[in-house]
Amino acid sequence: MSNSVISVISRFLEEYTTKTSNKLKVVDAYLFYILLTGALQFLYCLLVGTFPFNSFLAGFILCVGAFILGVCLRIQINPDNKGDFLSISQERAFADFLLAHTVLHLVVINFIG
Amino acid sequence: MAEHHSVSDSKHKASAVNIGASLSGNGRSSPAGTVGSSPTGALSTGIAQPAGWQSLLSFTILFLAWLAGFSARLFAVIRFESIIHEFDPWFNYRSTHHLTINGFYDFLNWFDDRAWYPLGRIVGGTVYPGLMVTAGLIHYVLNLLHITVHIRDVCVFLAPVFSGLTSISTFLLTRELWNQGAGLLAACFIAIVPGYISRSVAGSFDNEGIAIFALQFTYYLWVKSVKTGSVFWAIGCCLSYFYMVSAWGGYVFIINLIPLHVFVLLLMQRYSRRVYIAYSTFYIVGLVLSMQIPFVGFQPIRTSEHMAAAGVFALLQAYAFLQYLKDRLTRQEFQTLFFLGVSLAAGAVFLTVIYLTYTGRSTLYAKIHIPIIASVSEHQPTTWVSFFFDLHILVCTFPAGLWFCIKNINDERVFVALYAISAVYFAGVMVRLMLTLTPVVCMLSAIAFSSVFEHYLGDDMKRESPPIEDSSDEDDKRNSGNLYDKAGKVRKHVSEQEKTEEGLGPNIKSIVTMLMLMLLMMFAVHCTWVTSNAYSSPSVVLASYNNDGSRNILDDFREAYYWLRQNTEEQARVMSWWDYGYQIAGMANRTTLVDNNTWNNSHIALVGKAMSSNESAAYEIMRSLDVDYVLIIFGGVIGYSGDDINKFLWMVRIAEGEHPKEIRESDYFTPQGEFRVDKAGSPILLNCLMYKMSYYRFGEMQLDFRTPPGFDRTRNTEIGNKDIKLKHLEEAFTSEHWLVRIYKVKKEENRDPLVHSPRSSSSRQKYTSKKVQDPPRFSNGEL
Repeated sequence: MSNSVISVISRFLEEYTTKTSNKLKVVDAYLFYILLTGALQFLYCLLVGTFPFNSFLAGFILCVGAFILGVCLRIQINPDNKGDFLSISQERAFADFLLAHTVLHLVVINFIG
Repeated sequence: MAEHHSVSDSKHKASAVNIGASLSGNGRSSPAGTVGSSPTGALSTGIAQPAGWQSLLSFTILFLAWLAGFSARLFAVIRFESIIHEFDPWFNYRSTHHLTINGFYDFLNWFDDRAWYPLGRIVGGTVYPGLMVTAGLIHYVLNLLHITVHIRDVCVFLAPVFSGLTSISTFLLTRELWNQGAGLLAACFIAIVPGYISRSVAGSFDNEGIAIFALQFTYYLWVKSVKTGSVFWAIGCCLSYFYMVSAWGGYVFIINLIPLHVFVLLLMQRYSRRVYIAYSTFYIVGLVLSMQIPFVGFQPIRTSEHMAAAGVFALLQAYAFLQYLKDRLTRQEFQTLFFLGVSLAAGAVFLTVIYLTYTGRSTLYAKIHIPIIASVSEHQPTTWVSFFFDLHILVCTFPAGLWFCIKNINDERVFVALYAISAVYFAGVMVRLMLTLTPVVCMLSAIAFSSVFEHYLGDDMKRESPPIEDSSDEDDKRNSGNLYDKAGKVRKHVSEQEKTEEGLGPNIKSIVTMLMLMLLMMFAVHCTWVTSNAYSSPSVVLASYNNDGSRNILDDFREAYYWLRQNTEEQARVMSWWDYGYQIAGMANRTTLVDNNTWNNSHIALVGKAMSSNESAAYEIMRSLDVDYVLIIFGGVIGYSGDDINKFLWMVRIAEGEHPKEIRESDYFTPQGEFRVDKAGSPILLNCLMYKMSYYRFGEMQLDFRTPPGFDRTRNTEIGNKDIKLKHLEEAFTSEHWLVRIYKVKKEENRDPLVHSPRSSSSRQKYTSKKVQDPPRFSNGEL
């Protein structure tokens, strides 16, 4: 069983590195960085405690939000998904991404206290 | 005549063609398009651009709907004056007034020490600021442009203006769901439907006036973001959701309906990337936005009502990840391990969330068992009469619309079906929640009416132009199909059939159309009648009509409140039952002990205990609370049935809840179990403070030569205790029709009165002292 798990994972990684375009790989690297930041924040909260709870929430939700928005951007600019998003060009997807980030950052800065 | 007919038909067809992406129920877009071109060929001189006429017509109809909705809500203002109604709006008005004078930050951090007397109230953290901020902003902008409108007028007319905006957002939402015709019908319905008017008349300055607009607009943006899958619309939905959270506690409905929609879409195998983008963005950005309101605070991640949204979010992430992997790997690889393991984990997470929701603090059911909440009339279950009264024929046609939606299902119609079902359930539980049912009933009835009209109006045009081809086709078919050629008979058969088909069609269609139009006209008449008679009373001013039709205005409430305002000192404290707290604070501007916020049950129980005890015990409670004045409502002179004696049993019950040893509800009934105020009434009732204050000096008053003095018109009996003497209170004010009575609490006496007991001159003289030179001694009573 574990053999097939490892083989599946390795096959998946190999296909990933060959088939995905560079643009998507950049977005994936960004997503991985956000994931690390979020995990670090959560770890800090577990270790030190939740005292300024609104600050912890603000930071953590910002990480989750940025991750989600990055995933949405990746979905929208992926040429395989073009059929789903006929009215959304690549530039429009990026502009939406920027707008969403502006709103998210404004709210988080208000919340962080 | 013909030109009008073809103009309307071309617009009908233009609207049908313009739908584009949405699948409509008529399914006639293609033939309508081809037919549309032929009759307008000759008459196209008058209609240069059908699309232009269509937008003009839509704009005019929406403008007229706004105007109709605004005007229908003005009955109270025209009959009485521009005044804030009821009870809750007075608190909202006072807060808005505070906001306009002191500014936004002072309002957010306001600690009100003139309510809940010894305790005070943290207004900033216990109120939904959206309403006050909206009114304050409009007032600020108008005054900036030097249009000096008083804040009271802004507050009175805010709800009618927002009803027009609600019509427009309902139009947009229905247009996304069905087509433009249904959208216009829905806008017209919601402009005048009584279920919505009841909470948004001019003068009713309450959260629902702006919340229903925010609700419909949020739903419109949600449907748009599910349809397009664009982050822009999802962010718009989040901002509208933020406005809704600031406006009303009913935002919990949104945050549960949208996850339910996504969950049902997942179950129906309708998952798509657009849904993923829309919901993920909405959840995260909406979550952090909703926590900006101080009253909401950290509830979205703590309470059970918000857990469904989080659960669906986690489930959706897992599902999307699985879909992504499924696209990458082959079937066997995928099926071997990942699917079962990961979906089990996701399912377990979801089930624990559901479990926590159901065993956690479920506010709706717990509230029913607290007496204060149970005593509010709006929280009673709904009767079928209310459904018909508030919605008229819409409640009959709305299941038809629901069936149309389900028959032609797509992603957004799943949403409206879920909205309809959940709204019907909640409206059946509480009268107050009829308001959330009203928008969806308007939308679905509009869809039903629109489908009926399209079916019965649109067919006429189709039948006019191609009948020549049709009959020749049928002719050929019949000739070829017949084995033996009885030429005469066949031809007669064909021509008869032609005639009968054409004859049946227009008659039925015009009958049905006429019937539908009559129903709509009766609906409009009913709405106007209900608004005028049932929902336009300010509650602060009462009006009665004499035999000759002339109007008698009873302005006792305002008379009493203004007496308080002008004749008592600034810091005076007024004790009354909690119903009148907001009005006293708003109109009389005095400190109150308890008000309509009812957040502190023990404090209200103290007031109830004071009202139901005898005068001395009540005096102790009133001294400990520093009460200066007591205000009660007494309806015995005019027969007003909402007075404090009728509410008295609720006071006793609430007091009994906190002080069961001193107050017992059974003490106030006769031995036979009746609640009577005449001679046969319970002596504890006849000596309690409320009874004494209500009927003080009423025993001398004879209203009518046929009835004895002291005849209570509301209870229809002669009162039992006519000779009332008050020891610790004195009467300060009684209004013109004895509706409001104010008593001043006397300060304590300077010294206790001496008890005059008769001197006992018996045993003391028997003892005589044997010592004569003793110094004189002072002893009691002998000097």
